[in-house]
Amino acid sequence: MGTRTPPPFERFLDVHGPSVLGFLVGAVGRDHADDAYQETFLSALRAYPRVRDDGRLDRWILRIASRTAIDHHRARARRAEPRATVPDRPLAGPEPPDDALLAAVAALPPKQRAAVVLRHLLDRPYPEIAEILGSTEEAARANVRAGLATLRERV
Amino acid sequence: MNDTDLRTMVTVADARARARLADDLVRAAADRDGLIDVAVGTVASPIGELYVAVTPKGLACVGFDDQDRVALAERFAEGLSPRVVASARATDDVRRQLDEYFGGARRRFEVTVDHRLMSPFVREVMAQTAKVPYGEVSTYGAVAAAIRHPDAARAVGAALGSNPIPIVLPCHRIVGASGKLTGYAGGLHRKEFLLRLEGDPTLFHG
Repeated sequence: MGTRTPPPFERFLDVHGPSVLGFLVGAVGRDHADDAYQETFLSALRAYPRVRDDGRLDRWILRIASRTAIDHHRARARRAEPRATVPDRPLAGPEPPDDALLAAVAALPPKQRAAVVLRHLLDRPYPEIAEILGSTEEAARANVRAGLATLRERV
Repeated sequence: MNDTDLRTMVTVADARARARLADDLVRAAADRDGLIDVAVGTVASPIGELYVAVTPKGLACVGFDDQDRVALAERFAEGLSPRVVASARATDDVRRQLDEYFGGARRRFEVTVDHRLMSPFVREVMAQTAKVPYGEVSTYGAVAAAIRHPDAARAVGAALGSNPIPIVLPCHRIVGASGKLTGYAGGLHRKEFLLRLEGDPTLFHG
């Protein structure tokens, strides 16, 4: 693959910020998305001098974001905080989301939640989801299927 | 449960606006953790907004507002480090000194310079140019002679034209043998403005 210097970090933020934030809002909820966003891009910035631009930086940053999201859930579990059964604050905006849906997504196991968000919020194809989550394509499909099945039951 | 339902969770515009706010948190944390290799910032001036780049070694670039900033940032990424991040704090000193210069309150810049965006020859030419004080001018030929390349006036002109740190490294103070301004990478109108600001020394030259 190519071995180009990655773009200036400001440009990287500009290009990938919205999809990373969208992913994190789905994967950890609105109340924690900003913290996870900061953590994700700081991790990226630490590694940035060694990164080569092979045309897959979008997947690289989403992989960091999904790890950050999963770590976030693990840390919460360790602190024995109750898992969100109450929805995150509703969106301000023209299309208020379905609270029940948000709550159901928030209640999914972290990996299913990440997979569902990547597939249905960010429209990523399965090979990319597998790459981002570090799993096989079949496992990515299974996670999305299981997540959607749970959502259909609950919503 | 379908795609449309999920997408209402975050509208694209909402994510974009929120990301821009969250970016400021990233920049602040990057600054706090010392992860910025090239701090960039802007400062207003009478010759247009200036774009400055500061590294731990010093000031690396001053760009004029008609230069392509995306291309400049890419040059920083290639030649310095891809960790190019906006920081008001890290660029504050340079921006303040430029403000003072344009306000007539500063005649010398007290900044260290990061030379990495210059070739050895350009560096040599700029070192010589930096000796020309505020309010005075020198010529391409004189600079060429001073660096022991007396026949290289033209190459000196090209080197000055590639100066990545105009204003602070005063390439505007180098003029033709006749005292004509001859050329300036930032445009002759800017060279003229800077020389006038410094007291129009070309009037007394030769």
